[in-house]
Amino acid sequence: MKEKIKIKDLNFYYGKNHALKGVSLPIYEKVITALIGPSGCGKTTFLRCLNRMHDLYPGNRYEGEITMDGANILEKGLDLIKLRSKIGMVFQKPTPFPMSVFENIAFGLKLLGIKKKSEIAVRVEKALKDAAIFEETKDRLHGSALALSGGQQQRLCIARAIAVEPEVILMDEPCSALDPVATAKIEDLMTDLKKDYTVVIVTHNMQQAARVSEYTGFFMMGEVIEFDVTEKIFTAPSNKLTEDYITGRFG
Amino acid sequence: MTREAYHQALNVVQEELRQMAEMAGDAIRFSMEALKTRDIEASKKVVHNDIFINRKRFEIEEKCIRLIATQQPMAVDLRTLAAIINIITDIERIGDHAEGLAKISLSIGDAPLVKPLIDLPKMADKALSMLKRCMEAFIKRDVETARRICDEDDEVDALYDQIYRELIFLMIEDPKLIKDATYLIWAAHNLERIADRVTNIAERVVYMVTGKMEEMNVSKY
Repeated sequence: MKEKIKIKDLNFYYGKNHALKGVSLPIYEKVITALIGPSGCGKTTFLRCLNRMHDLYPGNRYEGEITMDGANILEKGLDLIKLRSKIGMVFQKPTPFPMSVFENIAFGLKLLGIKKKSEIAVRVEKALKDAAIFEETKDRLHGSALALSGGQQQRLCIARAIAVEPEVILMDEPCSALDPVATAKIEDLMTDLKKDYTVVIVTHNMQQAARVSEYTGFFMMGEVIEFDVTEKIFTAPSNKLTEDYITGRFG
Repeated sequence: MTREAYHQALNVVQEELRQMAEMAGDAIRFSMEALKTRDIEASKKVVHNDIFINRKRFEIEEKCIRLIATQQPMAVDLRTLAAIINIITDIERIGDHAEGLAKISLSIGDAPLVKPLIDLPKMADKALSMLKRCMEAFIKRDVETARRICDEDDEVDALYDQIYRELIFLMIEDPKLIKDATYLIWAAHNLERIADRVTNIAERVVYMVTGKMEEMNVSKY
């Protein structure tokens, strides 16, 4: 299996706070990798390193290596807009822009410099279809995105992320604000998405990690304690800490 | 996020499993003793009490299923519950074999035994000891003991061979004994099967601890 992103000895600091300590792990192409661990363990921090989201705030510092297809993501002067179009992100709470369904998707495309209206229309429709939200929105494309349900809004955000044709999608607890039905839809969608994209998901829901992912990394206090095939992590993990966490003996 | 109530419920299920194994152990002991002493009433009691072992099995199974449904156990907890669901089936069958032994005693009735019972009680003692130590291995998560117990099944098989040969010889010598000698072969067969069931339990103990499914001793029978 091809390693899409390679993380080697990654350290990350929020000012003086050493949040990630010597993290090394592979992110394989076109599979779902889940990151689990107790609150504050560094999994979201790690996820945000992958598309340099931390650069939005001053005083943050990376050390070590993150490469995607061999190219260094941590390189100074890297075009971050371009990077984030290759590595899209979906957040915990749905974050639709206060504009129409159509404009929510078109926005990113315009940002990428696509001006032709017909091309935008085609790509908006494709993104909505790929995110399994087209059928529910086709008659209200020009209505406000804020009128959609939580689950629909989250799928809209996924559509927005995939409209710019990224290679990797990062999902930070994408279902934590959703009901079980909406969650099931997003999980089905994730399974579809991995045919074309590499997906990394942070989740507190261990059953979700066990259901949807092929690989799982367990984080604790800024370190990767164990990284392995998901089935192994949830049936017979190698590390006692992983076992204690997933069986609820600490955390 | 430590899950006290959940882990307490897991401990309760394991304690009930231990009790169930004890019930099955008693059934083996009492049925053998009743056969030896020709105590018809005691044999009837073993047959009657089998229902309690069966009920216990369903109670434990329901508790396991409820825990799986409500607590979504993972890793060692999941393996423990999967092991328990398998083990209760084996213990329930052990209870049935003990009941079988008691029914043989009832079938023999007042007729004298065709030979003094020497190796049959030895088989029963061995099987009982295997069951007892296997359950201790379960409680202590002791893989080595579980593996050793599987090897001991060969000793029970050897005793069965011996009893079988002896009884066949008796039948050839005196065909009038065929009916009563056959009863004792059945009795030996029940005990041989009990030991086999214990090896199944031992395999589950190994799985529960290591996460690996291994067939450890393929029975001769």
